[in-house]
Amino acid sequence: MIAVIALALTACSGAAATTATTTVAAEAAFPVAVSSDAGVITIDEQPARIAALSATHVEMLFAIGAGDAVFASDLYSDYPPEADFLTKIDSFNLNVEAVIDLDPDLVVLTFDPGEVVAALEAVGIPTLLFATATSIEDSYEQIATLGAASGHVAEAGRLVAEIQEGLKEVVDDLGDAGSGLRYYYETDPFSFYTPNSSTFIGKLLGLLGMENIADAAPDEFASGFPQLTAEFIIDADPDVIFLAAGGEDLATVAARDGWDTMTAVKEGRVTVLDVDVASRWGPRVIDLLRAAAEGIGGLE
Amino acid sequence: MTTPLRHSALHSGPLLTAVAALGLVALAGVGFGAVSLPLGGVTRELLDHIPGITLDSGLGERQAAILWELRLPRVVLAGFVGGTLAVAGAAYQGVFRNPLADPYLLGVAGGAGLGATIAIAAGASSTGVLPIAAFAGGMVAVVITYALGGVGARRSANSLILAGVAVAAFFAAMQTYVQQRSSDTVREVFTWILGRLATVGWGEVMAIVPFFAVMAIVLVVHRRHLDVLAVGEEEAATLGVHVPRVRIIIVLAATLGTAAAVSVSGLIGFVGIIVPHMLRLVVGPSYRRLVVLSMLTGGAFLIGADLLARTVIAPAELPIGVVTAFVGAPFFAVVLHMGRMQT
Repeated sequence: MIAVIALALTACSGAAATTATTTVAAEAAFPVAVSSDAGVITIDEQPARIAALSATHVEMLFAIGAGDAVFASDLYSDYPPEADFLTKIDSFNLNVEAVIDLDPDLVVLTFDPGEVVAALEAVGIPTLLFATATSIEDSYEQIATLGAASGHVAEAGRLVAEIQEGLKEVVDDLGDAGSGLRYYYETDPFSFYTPNSSTFIGKLLGLLGMENIADAAPDEFASGFPQLTAEFIIDADPDVIFLAAGGEDLATVAARDGWDTMTAVKEGRVTVLDVDVASRWGPRVIDLLRAAAEGIGGLE
Repeated sequence: MTTPLRHSALHSGPLLTAVAALGLVALAGVGFGAVSLPLGGVTRELLDHIPGITLDSGLGERQAAILWELRLPRVVLAGFVGGTLAVAGAAYQGVFRNPLADPYLLGVAGGAGLGATIAIAAGASSTGVLPIAAFAGGMVAVVITYALGGVGARRSANSLILAGVAVAAFFAAMQTYVQQRSSDTVREVFTWILGRLATVGWGEVMAIVPFFAVMAIVLVVHRRHLDVLAVGEEEAATLGVHVPRVRIIIVLAATLGTAAAVSVSGLIGFVGIIVPHMLRLVVGPSYRRLVVLSMLTGGAFLIGADLLARTVIAPAELPIGVVTAFVGAPFFAVVLHMGRMQT
């Protein structure tokens, strides 16, 4: 009698285990080896407590269906709206022990303020470190890596395809309305550090066929953000201006000494971009590119 | 300056107090943090590693990893860095007979800052190249200071201080230039400049220990010379002390230690000023006691400051330089007010 029950139980749990394994295998295989700027790491099981200390990567994780596993984010994460309810951690003054205390099974970082990756590694917490993307391909690669690490490979693939299509659609809609136009992209209205075409935003806007006036400025340390001066910008006479610093608009730009002489200001082609969307390289780059295309004009 | 002899004699009281304080603060530093480790377990775990003693600490695997890989190296590093800065500050104050002298007087900070900034701008990570670049920059700056200030010649210590000011300003300007031209590195550079004791494993500790040892031995050996120098250069010379030689030996030793401290922990201000002055208020101005006490108390002070830095705004962390300056600046004002600044 006892033997029969035991046998039945074994059979039951065996069947359950097989089913579970099959389901997971269809989604993703663990353990999985993934590589980032923190080196190659092995993740043994599908993470259930992800601390994603970067607004961009929180957006990516939610977009690939891994949002349920994300429980903590950095202070700036505000999208999607669910991100408001996450445990907030100051990722720039990171106290590594505090992170360990939250017991995450995966940590995602964009900045290591000093040995954080090594410390998490030392206590056996898998960590991904993604530098700021400098190309759209970087963004795709990070999405794919997050997909593998979180067990959402297929969704990650779909998201990348969606972004590719979305960007292509904007480019097609604009046609050649942007080609040959010269633009100034403002991220810093005080000292005019400006992204050139080697940056993520530079490459993204390059898709619209425009030229970046910051490319003519020297950038000897290859930071991608040469410092311009007001004189340089006025002299370059951009056709289009994008404002991504917050607090500025066409009126404030026109009110600056000498700026009203610029073609972009005279023609009113000054576009205010959403600061958060403009500073992240996640799924909302489609919105960013569309907003930029609308600023150029000529969209149907 | 005319300290009675009995005051200069080595009493064991202050020494024992300093050792006890260092031990207690270190235990607190190991025990407290964002993750709380049971103090009893920590003590047993530490004792367990002494040969011949076997104890079950009751710490989990992750707790043990936090203790051995994160917490303990950090506390030990803070101890060495604090001790180095404090005793180097005391030595500088004695050699230059200037109560405001700090370990960064001869341009170490400016040079190390430039070295670190260039390394960061060139894409070096926080470990590896950065400390070496900082150390090299610091030593280059001090060598230039010596060349300009002419130590070998019988010139006054003031010419060396002024050369240090010029070199520090020049290196700071170059550092600002590199930082300006490479704006994406600003955050990392500031993290470094404000000082940090974040460490994993024992690499940094191993890096500073040899320099600390050399500096400590030289300063302990020359502690009586520091007392003689404090009386005045002429007087020291008449007492048979070869002033320029003794001065360069002491300054080099203190600088070597400081450069090593800066390279592993960035710029941590005020320790080199407040710790020696605090001790002078308590035990008097004699370097016979001040040298050893500065090392112990400086270590305890920085371990304590670091404990504050990582617990006050947990789960975030204050830069250690902010804590030492926050405590240091008011203290400095009080000392000034009491008018008891002694060299």
